[in-house]
Amino acid sequence: MHQTAELLLPALVAAPILSACLLVAAGPFLPRRVVDSVAIATAVVVTTGAALLLVATGSGRRVSWSGGWQPVHRVSVGIPFVADPVAAGLALLIAALTTCSLVYAWHYFDKTESHLHALILFFLAGMEGLVLTGDLFDMVVFFELIGAAGYALTGIKVEDESAVEGALNFGIVNSLGAYLSLAGLVVLYARVGKLDLPGLGEALSHKPPDALVVASFVLIATGFLVKAAVVPFHFWLPDAYASAPAPVCALFSGVMVELGVYGVLRLFCVVYGETLPQADVRRALLVLGVATAVLGALMCFGQRHLKRLLAFSTIAHVGVVMVAAAMLTADGVGAAGLYVLGHAGAVSALFLITGLLLNRYGSSDELELFGRGREERAMLVLFVAATLSLAGLPPFGTALGLSVAVHATVTAGYPWIPALLVLVSSVTAGAVLRSGARVFLGLGAPPEQSRPSTDETTGEEQRDTRLLHRTPTTMPAAVVVLVLGSLAVGVLPHAGGLVAHAAERFIDGTGYSAQALSSAPPTPLHPHPEATWSPLGAGLGVLSALLALGFAAMGLWPDRLRLLLRPMQAGMKPVRALHTGHVGDYVAWLFAGVAALAALVGLPLL
Amino acid sequence: MSIYAYLVAGYLVLIGSYGIVRSRHMVHAVVSLSVAQAGTYVLLLAVGYQNGATAPVFGSTTKPSTDVVDPVVQAMALTDIVVSATVTALLLALAVQVNKRHGTVDPDELAALKG
Repeated sequence: MHQTAELLLPALVAAPILSACLLVAAGPFLPRRVVDSVAIATAVVVTTGAALLLVATGSGRRVSWSGGWQPVHRVSVGIPFVADPVAAGLALLIAALTTCSLVYAWHYFDKTESHLHALILFFLAGMEGLVLTGDLFDMVVFFELIGAAGYALTGIKVEDESAVEGALNFGIVNSLGAYLSLAGLVVLYARVGKLDLPGLGEALSHKPPDALVVASFVLIATGFLVKAAVVPFHFWLPDAYASAPAPVCALFSGVMVELGVYGVLRLFCVVYGETLPQADVRRALLVLGVATAVLGALMCFGQRHLKRLLAFSTIAHVGVVMVAAAMLTADGVGAAGLYVLGHAGAVSALFLITGLLLNRYGSSDELELFGRGREERAMLVLFVAATLSLAGLPPFGTALGLSVAVHATVTAGYPWIPALLVLVSSVTAGAVLRSGARVFLGLGAPPEQSRPSTDETTGEEQRDTRLLHRTPTTMPAAVVVLVLGSLAVGVLPHAGGLVAHAAERFIDGTGYSAQALSSAPPTPLHPHPEATWSPLGAGLGVLSALLALGFAAMGLWPDRLRLLLRPMQAGMKPVRALHTGHVGDYVAWLFAGVAALAALVGLPLL
Repeated sequence: MSIYAYLVAGYLVLIGSYGIVRSRHMVHAVVSLSVAQAGTYVLLLAVGYQNGATAPVFGSTTKPSTDVVDPVVQAMALTDIVVSATVTALLLALAVQVNKRHGTVDPDELAALKG
């Protein structure tokens, strides 16, 4: 068993790549159902492997040095894969979401051939590699693999004008982020002459943070923050989501974006944890996280294109994850982990439902779809359940995450953060509920005819498939599994405690280096009684769901609340105008973000 | 290695990024991105360089005791070039497709995604 777990690490990355190559080579000669089956089978195998790995990491981290280049006397020249419970858990989440997306896509794409499946499998391999690798250069390479597969998946509808434009913006901004990461890691390599995370952590520990170390941290983190769509690196995300196919959006939103936050945290905890002051990094992450949560929520409320609305909701929720994780404590990171698990199911389900609407009714626009989903009772139920999960209503996993986050932030000395978290989840969930009430129930004022506006994105979008006259059963099945998954995180006993233990391993960077370099036994874990439902946390979750209803009503009947809404809309106008769709502006913002991050981390050290 | 190589690397990254910011043509923007990436090649090679060292290939003429430049950064530069070729090709293909769909490749005139 001991050896098997170590063999699993590279296999989880290699299996989808091999399968994808097979599909690229043989795909054109195979019938459609065979291609579908091979892709789904691969995803199921990877899911099973990741689950086994997660069980194996219960007794400590699993380390595999490629080619058997074990470190000698704590000096390493090899390239490791390291799985701790957080990495293995994310690997499982990635593979499970990919399986759901592929099952959903069973009937989804009519014209596209095997390259869609191959791209999704490459995307899967890149994400598995990013979470499991223990080497900084490999992290950046897998990051680029995720990127390249992601750009191609975004632009897969090559006939759709916003799809190609969104994919190009996505590609340029993310590639530039990756190149800055590469530059940062080269600077770090010049400083210490290592690339493996455990070796880097040991080499940097207790060294004073000089300008070169700070610069390398800022540059490497920039790449991950671009992927995480943290303000002001977020501009590419709504453009990319607006026209990417729904199952691809579900993967992007459910897990790819969160991997950016994972990258920054892994980098800090293992490599820079003993050299950069924790208080500075916490402040930097907190500032970025709060800005992301607030801007995402405000922008979300003003959208009418459903996928763009969900894209801004994703940005807001990444902000929430970032705020919780910024505490850099076991319960803060644990809360972030629970939130990611709960949120992944909810937001993926919402994207898949939007995809169904697009293919049944030919639009993703909340106003064009007004009242057209009245017959779709089952979809309405799923939509409401997923939205309530987004709002953080107990007993969904997001609510458990919020509950633990309340404890973590208050004990860390930030009593105002719970209020912010409640507002952000209720505003985003309110916006989603509003759109659902319009589409499925025809509530609110019917939209005025012909109001073409040039300064916002409407839901004109090419269908992913031919017009569907009925819904194939595989599609709602995938949605049901996702909603139940979000529920399971909150309902299963001990979920909070297990995730808190995983988080405790995750933030223990010294233990990570020691176990990878000299097979030191893992440090014993502490009990985390606080990592479960608290009356205050659960109460705030209920409050958030109630507020979401209120915000939805505000959006549905704007005339009655004109006095309240007018100044809000006027205030948001300049912010919305910043989202120009112009790639040059996005790159300028990226560099502004680099400067801000450098100032936040570097200035307190002067 | 003198400071100039590092200055050139920084200059290439910044001028490439400035090229994207001021770009009036998507192909120009993609090539500017490649210029920015060229900065990372220069940085990689500058980090691995040693005065008087030879290529890291040991054989009859290069004894294992001779100084060689760092092969790790060269391997990284090769990986970097492969990635760059893939990404540039993909982005150029998307630029062609943008031209077909929008009839323009000027980022100022693309207006499918706003607000």
